Amino acid sequence: MSAMAVDTPQERPSYLADGVTLRSWLLTTDHKRIALLYLGSVTIFFFVGGAAAALIRYNLIVPEGMIASADTYNRLFTMHGIVMVWFFLVPVVPVTLGNFVIPLMIGARDLAFPKLNLLSWYLFVAAGVVLIYALFAGGLDTGWTFYTPLSSNFSRGHLVAAVAAVFISGFSSIATGLNFMVTIHRLRAPGMTWYRMPVFLWSLYATSVLYVLATPVLAMTLLLLGFERIFRLGVFDPTLGGDPLLFQHLFWFYSHPAVYIMILPGLGVISEIVPTFSSKRIFGYKFVVWSSIAIAVISFLVWGHHMFVAGTSLYSALVFSILSYMVAVPSAIKVFNWIGTMHKGYIRFDAPMLYALGFIGLFTIGGLTGLFVAALAADVHLAQTYFVVAHFHYVMVGGMVSAFFAGIHYWWPKITGRMYPEMWGRAGALIIFIGFNLTFFPQFILGYLGMPRRYHSYPPEFQVFNVLSSAGATILAVGYLLPLAYLTWSLFYGKRAPDNPWGATGLEWKTSSPPITENFITTPEVTEPPYNYPQPDAARSG
Amino acid sequence: MSDTTIKYEFQYSSAEHQADTAISGMWLFLATEVLFFGALFLSWIYSRHWNQAGFDAGAQQTWLAIGTINTVILLTSSFVYSVGLAFIRAGDSRRLMQCCVLAWLLGAAFLILKFGVEWPDDIEKGLLPGPGFSIEGPLRGGAQLFFVFYFFGTALHGLHMLGGLGVVGWIIRRTRRGDFSPDYHTPVTVVGLYWSFVDIVWIVLYPLIYLIGRGP
Repeated sequence: MSAMAVDTPQERPSYLADGVTLRSWLLTTDHKRIALLYLGSVTIFFFVGGAAAALIRYNLIVPEGMIASADTYNRLFTMHGIVMVWFFLVPVVPVTLGNFVIPLMIGARDLAFPKLNLLSWYLFVAAGVVLIYALFAGGLDTGWTFYTPLSSNFSRGHLVAAVAAVFISGFSSIATGLNFMVTIHRLRAPGMTWYRMPVFLWSLYATSVLYVLATPVLAMTLLLLGFERIFRLGVFDPTLGGDPLLFQHLFWFYSHPAVYIMILPGLGVISEIVPTFSSKRIFGYKFVVWSSIAIAVISFLVWGHHMFVAGTSLYSALVFSILSYMVAVPSAIKVFNWIGTMHKGYIRFDAPMLYALGFIGLFTIGGLTGLFVAALAADVHLAQTYFVVAHFHYVMVGGMVSAFFAGIHYWWPKITGRMYPEMWGRAGALIIFIGFNLTFFPQFILGYLGMPRRYHSYPPEFQVFNVLSSAGATILAVGYLLPLAYLTWSLFYGKRAPDNPWGATGLEWKTSSPPITENFITTPEVTEPPYNYPQPDAARSG
Repeated sequence: MSDTTIKYEFQYSSAEHQADTAISGMWLFLATEVLFFGALFLSWIYSRHWNQAGFDAGAQQTWLAIGTINTVILLTSSFVYSVGLAFIRAGDSRRLMQCCVLAWLLGAAFLILKFGVEWPDDIEKGLLPGPGFSIEGPLRGGAQLFFVFYFFGTALHGLHMLGGLGVVGWIIRRTRRGDFSPDYHTPVTVVGLYWSFVDIVWIVLYPLIYLIGRGP
């Protein structure tokens, strides 16, 4: 046991019971309540983005396209991308799970700047409102990447509103990242040294660095783009001597680190779950935590690999290719360490662990196929095909969304004080795994065969794989709706959760479920390393 | 520092802890600002690299005297503010007040010169990019690009100045209420960091606008 002197008297109200008015929620500065506000908002956006995805897959059932207009199709995949990237994947794990557990994990009463935390949620909501306006006003057709000169000069649609939405959501990200970094530096409980921190905190720290340092570059890029769009004069305009490719450089200088914003927190969640459900210390703790930092650092040096076929110099492409390969090293370290952790552990297959195991498999496929597209010669063939679509969905959806579901099941008892129904949880994990693979594996083959992405119709020979993919999408949809149903059910009818249902280490399990508003009555003191499970050999001989 | 008199929020262990944390938060915020303006400067220098003659032609049309006077005004403003910070550390709240008011007035003078005098003059000279742009010939495109950066960059810097005047004004109000003492003046420090940062942005903008391209 790593923490002493934590008493949790039952007479104090939990954070959920501490005020029941709407005002007590909308003006709260409690990180736990803000996490729930965020959970509600990102869930809405997940299903908005999911609905767009469903329509995309519906369209692609037949070669000529089920939806009559190619323009509508373009607007659908653009909205799907914008919503899923900036309003789900980028914020999801940090603002919900991270917000909830960071202070609990470090033994603090709240984040360093609780009001800033609330402000970040309001910024997120404001951004969401602007985006929904852009969506219902007719959307836009540029793809989520807003490439110039299409976006600045030619596209029709509500570019300025969409860009404004992303710009505002960026401030929300910056506020969150800043808050997390300062909190982790300044508010750790006595004895909580850096190397005693759970891996999840390290990965959130690495994510926060990216939030804080990459997002402002996007903000400036979008301002320049908005300026050019409004005044029809701008820095990406070749008729003045500007360079449209500069937009891609600036955009990917943010958006490639953002890809790691979208996966690092997931890697952290898995690093919490695997040791808990293997009842074993994490294998190679220092390698795991430093690999998070390494991923964050290298992520700033690889943006050029998005422009291999956009006319960049061969030498810069070579350097970016090698640097992109380097990201695979820390990512692989994590996979090996999770497997090392499970090796000879007492593995329990509860729902969070099933999601985590699914994650490891899908993330590995997503990561390895990333090497294909990082290779210069292969990328000439694979760029702009469904291979790329499949690759990043394996990482983003198979990886991050699975990790989010793993985490939400893992911390659900702590967050709500209720257990989710275990059998439904396991069924959900299995359905999502099957549905996901059926949806996206055929897309690897389609891409390899040469089907380009972002087209509303396709040659008839690709129909079989497209129908398979669309069929998989319906299974995936069931898999995502299922947790929404049974988790909501469990809020009212679930079994009361004990303080530590998984027998996990970590300070968040030392306080009550759900925690009291102050988190801890007295500040805990940490005396032992993280994941201090009994060594298997000692347990066996004992 | 006596914790009995200075209130702090429940997540901190002491008032010093809260003060240090607030200051580190501001430093981190300034790091994001560096990256924010960094992207602008990078785009500026990159575009200049491909349109050197046009940018030079544009830079030669700018009003060097006002730019230089504004640089002096802005640096003086930050200096005065920092002097105020030294005064409150020594316990002189009245002098802090005077310094903040002077710093505020200097900041306002910068904005008046920039947007009340220089911009109208630029526009009158036909330097606003667009159909009425006055520089003709092969350098027209590059010079327009220069002035896109000029108006965009100075407007953005001006917005940061406005925000700065807002928070310096807030410090003036709190000083008048007698909120600050040698033991408690964290907001004065935090605002001072921001106010100096706005100078640093200008120190990069100044040569980019007025100096490079003006030489023989």
